[in-house]
Amino acid sequence: MSDAALATAPAEFAPWEDAQATPLIRFQNVTKRFGDFTAIDNLTIDIYEREFFALLGPSGCGKTTMMRMLGGFETQTEGTILIDGQDVAPIPPNKRAVNMMFQSYALFPHLSVAENIAFGLKRDKMPKDQIAARVDEMLNLVQLGKFASRKPHQISGGQRQRVALARSLAKAPKLLLLDEPLGALDKKLRQDTQFELMDIQEQTGTTFVIVTHDQEEAMTVASRIAVMDHGKIIQVDTPAKIYEEPGSVYVADFIGDVNLIEGNVTTSGDDHATISWAEGQQDLIGIAHDAIPAGTRATLAIRPEKVNIATERPADMTNIIHGKVHDIAYLGNMSTYVIQTPTGQLIKAQAANTRRIRRRAITWDQDVWLSFTDTAGVVLTS
Amino acid sequence: MKRFGLISVPYLWLLALFLVPFLIVLKISLSDTALAIPPYTPTLDMSEGWAGFTAWLSELDMENFTWLTQDDLYWKAYLSSLKIATMSTILALLVGFPIAYGMSRAPDEWRPTLMMMIILPFWTSFLIRVYAWKAILSQEGLLNQLLMSIGIIGEPLTILNTNTAVYIGIVYTYLPFMVLPIYSALERLDESLLEAAEDLGCSRMTAFWLVTLPLAKQGIIAGSFLVFIPAMGEFVIPSLLGGSKTLMIGKVLWEEFFSNRDWPVASAVAIVLLLILIIPIVLFQRNEEKQREAGK
Amino acid sequence: MRRLSWFNTVSLTLGFAFLYIPMLILIVYSFNGGKLVTVWAGFSTKWYGELFRNEAFLDAAWVTLKVAVMSSTAATVLGTMAAYVMVRAGRFRGRTLFSGMIYAPLVMPEVITGLSLLLLFIAIGLDRGVLTIVLAHTTFSMCYVSVVVSSRLVTFDQSLEEAALDLGCTGFEAFRLVTLPIIAPAVISGWLLAFTLSLDDLVIASFTSGPSSTTLPIKIFSAVRLGVSPEINALSTIMITLVAVGVIGASLTSKRAIAKRAKDEQEAI
Repeated sequence: MSDAALATAPAEFAPWEDAQATPLIRFQNVTKRFGDFTAIDNLTIDIYEREFFALLGPSGCGKTTMMRMLGGFETQTEGTILIDGQDVAPIPPNKRAVNMMFQSYALFPHLSVAENIAFGLKRDKMPKDQIAARVDEMLNLVQLGKFASRKPHQISGGQRQRVALARSLAKAPKLLLLDEPLGALDKKLRQDTQFELMDIQEQTGTTFVIVTHDQEEAMTVASRIAVMDHGKIIQVDTPAKIYEEPGSVYVADFIGDVNLIEGNVTTSGDDHATISWAEGQQDLIGIAHDAIPAGTRATLAIRPEKVNIATERPADMTNIIHGKVHDIAYLGNMSTYVIQTPTGQLIKAQAANTRRIRRRAITWDQDVWLSFTDTAGVVLTS
Repeated sequence: MKRFGLISVPYLWLLALFLVPFLIVLKISLSDTALAIPPYTPTLDMSEGWAGFTAWLSELDMENFTWLTQDDLYWKAYLSSLKIATMSTILALLVGFPIAYGMSRAPDEWRPTLMMMIILPFWTSFLIRVYAWKAILSQEGLLNQLLMSIGIIGEPLTILNTNTAVYIGIVYTYLPFMVLPIYSALERLDESLLEAAEDLGCSRMTAFWLVTLPLAKQGIIAGSFLVFIPAMGEFVIPSLLGGSKTLMIGKVLWEEFFSNRDWPVASAVAIVLLLILIIPIVLFQRNEEKQREAGK
Repeated sequence: MRRLSWFNTVSLTLGFAFLYIPMLILIVYSFNGGKLVTVWAGFSTKWYGELFRNEAFLDAAWVTLKVAVMSSTAATVLGTMAAYVMVRAGRFRGRTLFSGMIYAPLVMPEVITGLSLLLLFIAIGLDRGVLTIVLAHTTFSMCYVSVVVSSRLVTFDQSLEEAALDLGCTGFEAFRLVTLPIIAPAVISGWLLAFTLSLDDLVIASFTSGPSSTTLPIKIFSAVRLGVSPEINALSTIMITLVAVGVIGASLTSKRAIAKRAKDEQEAI
């Protein structure tokens, strides 16, 4: 499974591949319970310096609890958390070299933008002129120089978000925690801000841990993503790996749109497996992470955009599905076709609309053939 | 440790100045009246240690409570307080509901002003507001002058120093307590609910009975308790506006203590009053909790 | 825009007339020249003069003011602490008793509170005077303060405090630099409420005051018990005016602040 990583240039930032690298943050068998409820369940993970690490999962999966433990607002029930090799359990939040950007931004409403940014520096008893210089630097970083003397309610939502970011970066923390940092912004602004966040992370060289439930956001900004569910980490990988080679049906389904085709494994090698899935349909082949015993129940996960649609049976493809067009969703730049197989299963295929709509060949109830390559889908057993 | 300090300061204060005094009342209610200083017996003598304590304990009795049931002054006073408090609550509801309803239907920009006008009397001295009625209700007072001058009555009415004056006084002073909870319930009421009811065939009137009133129920209950509970123990209003025949338990307690100097009986009166009030207080709390849950 | 129906107009008019006419009459007759408060005998301000020459009233007013300032300040400190405990301390042993003691004084008949405090002061041998009234007033008004402040704290975004801690504040610094400035309006209204309750209280003060510490309400009560007096009307007028100016001023200020805020927010977008 590491061939994709090996194929990339050695200059690529990937400390997790390097056995010599020491992680900045280590969670070792960490469990957190609130009464009877287990928020974090025996979790072990390493996060490296300069990483932009995303904790992704549905609400209640434990991602916020993990972040709050790093910030010092919760203490684990069991296990140890090390930051820079130091056990942080006894260190209160105000003594940690960790800062947090809150979901609500938590800007102090009675203080101006500049005073908000200076707040943490004043706690450190930094000399006045240095504070002023640092505040200016931060205001420039987030391009809010003009708004220094405004109060938080006098600026827009996007500007508030940037003040919160500047405030949490002002103390130059080793680690910055971001709790749903873009959740309150509208879609357009969110996309712009994502790139800004990445730029700032690169400029400052700070390690970022971001909590989000938005998979697109995690995919865009993160160097690695941890997909979480019920207090456990399901998979930790680069965005590309998470998308292309999900380790489980849960991850495949959580990230993006996917077709899940259930069947029985007929043959399997170290890196591929074949499943038989419906009567009258050809067996399907996909990559597999390990050899799977024949007869095992398995699911082939295949992304709609990797599925080709044609009005005639393709000649040289191994993975072919025959069906009728059930529905077409025209999305402008592309169309999603929903195909019904003779056994009643619905499979989605996407095609770019390179031609004008009137000239499109495929229409409702037409017989069509779907096809994809041997390495397009993944066979998953869990 | 810091948390402990934060909790303990207000906690100890309330224990010392609310709970302990209360236990003292309970203790004295079980003692006997005596011509001494303090005017009751037995007094606890700590110098004799445990024996002194048990001796003290054995002398406590329920005599004062038995006394309350024997002298009909007391139970009549309790009953009369109940009656006056209930009547005043109903009257306050009848006066307060239309005001609250009118406020909730008023244009948005009027509402803060109306709200302020309801709250303003609350900040003004209670005593002064009760006193204001004395000049209005007396025999030669302004109300009688007005009624006689327009010829509705030929003889002045006797209102001051009767129970009627007490009703007026209670309704007047506690009206904001009735109006505010009802208003806040009605204000939340979504007007499209009434439109929906009318759309489904209700007349204005039936929509009011079937939609508005049930949704205002908790406000009505809260307001009623907020009037009833303090009215039960009221002292100022019956002593300023009521007559010699107006019996209210707060006044009895006051006189028992200040005029008769009978501390044990005054304490027993207080304990029984509190026992009577516990039921409405618990019901009120429950209503508040229900509202809080519904609000979530 | 909605318009009031005739029914609502009538009920509002009558309702507010009922609330305000007695006070207006009180004010009008404070300017009456005659001794009787029911017969108009020409305009005069002589009762105000009488009032300001009445030493007993002035003394009582001074005692009342002292008591009110001291007790409302103490009540604000204790009540804010109690509110913090109620909203933030989570579970601790004796919490039920604590919240019971916070809410009970709000509904407790004043005669009982007064009686019980007096019996306490006698039991511990504390001489009745200004101190005992202050202690008594602090106790019941701290509960009101705690209710006012805790209703503000409930809606207070706790992440503001966490942000302060995160940026290096100690717990107390976070309270002083962030929480307190933000909840200040609630704390101030708590103080004002405690102050008014103290100014106003007759029953508890009667139980807990000594011969040298007569408060204004006690003085007024003993005067009006016998009948109406134009001097009391003058005093009432002064008090009503002060309260009305205060309340109307406060509501105008807050209205203006809200309007300015709304305008700022509009412009920010």
